[in-house]
Amino acid sequence: MDIKGHAWKFGDSISTDHIAPGRLFHLRSNLPEFAKHVLEDVRPEFPSHVQQGDFIVGGKNFGLGSSREHAPQIIKMAGVGAVLAKSFARIFFRNAINVGLPVIVCDTDRMSDGDEIKVDLEAGTVLNLTNGDEQSFPALPGVMREILMNDGLAQYIKDHQDLPIH
Amino acid sequence: MPQSMAEKIVSEKAGKPVKAGEIVIAKVDAALTQDGTGPLTIRQLRKFSEDKAANPGRTVQFLDHAAPSPRMELSNDHMLMREFAQTTGSVLSEVGDGICHQIMAERFVRPGDLMVGADSHTCTGGGLGAFSTGMGSTDVAAAISLGKTWLKVPETIRFEVSGYFQRHVYSKDLALAVIGQMGADGCDYMSMEWGGGAIDAMPIHERLTVSNMAVEAGAKCGLMPSDDKTREYLASYGRETDWRPLAADPGAAYSRVVDIDATQIVPMVAMPHTVDNVVQIDDEQVKGVQIDQVFLGSCTNCRIEDIRVFVGLTKGKKRHPRTRVIVTPASRAVMKQAADEGLLSELLDFGATITTPGCGVCVGVHGGVLGDGEKCLATSNRNFKGRMGNPDSYIYLGSPATAAATAIYGVLADPREVV
Ligand code: SF4
Repeated sequence: MDIKGHAWKFGDSISTDHIAPGRLFHLRSNLPEFAKHVLEDVRPEFPSHVQQGDFIVGGKNFGLGSSREHAPQIIKMAGVGAVLAKSFARIFFRNAINVGLPVIVCDTDRMSDGDEIKVDLEAGTVLNLTNGDEQSFPALPGVMREILMNDGLAQYIKDHQDLPIH
Repeated sequence: MPQSMAEKIVSEKAGKPVKAGEIVIAKVDAALTQDGTGPLTIRQLRKFSEDKAANPGRTVQFLDHAAPSPRMELSNDHMLMREFAQTTGSVLSEVGDGICHQIMAERFVRPGDLMVGADSHTCTGGGLGAFSTGMGSTDVAAAISLGKTWLKVPETIRFEVSGYFQRHVYSKDLALAVIGQMGADGCDYMSMEWGGGAIDAMPIHERLTVSNMAVEAGAKCGLMPSDDKTREYLASYGRETDWRPLAADPGAAYSRVVDIDATQIVPMVAMPHTVDNVVQIDDEQVKGVQIDQVFLGSCTNCRIEDIRVFVGLTKGKKRHPRTRVIVTPASRAVMKQAADEGLLSELLDFGATITTPGCGVCVGVHGGVLGDGEKCLATSNRNFKGRMGNPDSYIYLGSPATAAATAIYGVLADPREVV
């Protein structure tokens, strides 16, 4: 499965408070509305300008902080195709897979803001169409792969009435 | 094979011996959600199941983050959670009962349990020797419904703490010092396991503080041994039968051992906007910084002992006129105890505002939101940009003693210098 879009660069340590601000706590049960504010405290233009399939390109420890699954939910809802980062915080990584949002560990220094990027999830490659750079990324553990391919954990359990076991 | 605490607990719950790195299915003993994550948990659960809980007596819905509710949207979320608790027969912790992690420690956590919670600070339960970890709403929905979860058995970093704490230095300072040293991702995916003379001597309320902050170093859990202090703590809540001894096996495999001398630790402060941005209280970068609001609260540091420390330093004094003081006891039991001991009255005389037990200012939902450019010294665990509800404000983190000194002088102040 290919995803193609433009890179939105963010720095290191983007927290769940940056992604889904606590001051908008009351929007947690209204995710479409919440998604209009995703990451606005870091890049105010992001929610209104992000295009379907675009990538969030972060640095180290992306998604640190709270367990709020609303963070990957509203990233996905805003149309983001995948999040690329040098590393992810544990809970965010798991939550993203659980809601069917691809998260990819790679060297994001090799991408600039606005670069056109193509990700091939099956092959495990990230191609920077702007500068020609290509890199591969490590495969997910089997259990996570299965959840992601089933469009998230809720759908997986609905289909199988159990957790993926390996 | 000698096992770390994490390996030991997960082995029991997986029903087979496991080693770090393995991915296993494990039985879940208890699950929690709170009003920030619970409504989504319920909606996710409804995608694959009727409203039901595998283990209702140990499934707890907490109304603590927005309590009492400041807005109708959140009141409706509370209604949804009450309804779910009623249908499933699970436990509801009402507005004013207190913060999820404090109530879990008082009433539910048992040494050797495996617990999951839709709240990142679920790792607090490690203070009582439980493998307790934060997950997102869908994972917790699965655990509530199926009574099990999948997880990767974490590698362990062992923290060996010797020596003793100097006067006015607390386990909060240890936690901040370690996070500063390890970095916010220094223990990513790991279990932090604590031991050594200073841990053996450490009372449970201080262990809970250290375990609470494990996630701020990226860790999956922060495990303390279960010993006589654990037994006494459980007994004090009428739960002595929940006790069992638990410790790592000698010779367990660690990815790293970090030695710490508690005697060398001084009061520490985390500066905005990351928890690992830690300096000593006498550092030039924090010396004399004016503070608009002091917050004594949160699941990290507003147990009865924390209030005693704060009042011990502020008794008979007045807060600095520039500095507002908000105190939010961690639970109703804590607040009642503080009332019985006359501490609430001392706090009021000092000029503090006391609010409903719950998360309070920590999460910026129902009071104490900072103005533009304002600075807060908080005893909580996070200082991310916007954490307390205003992205244009600044949060410093410290111990209850540092909070007391700061409230007296109106600037970040060293509790060792209070006269
Ligand atoms: S007190 Fe703060 S850190 Fe603790 S559970 Fe509440 S919001 Fe989270």
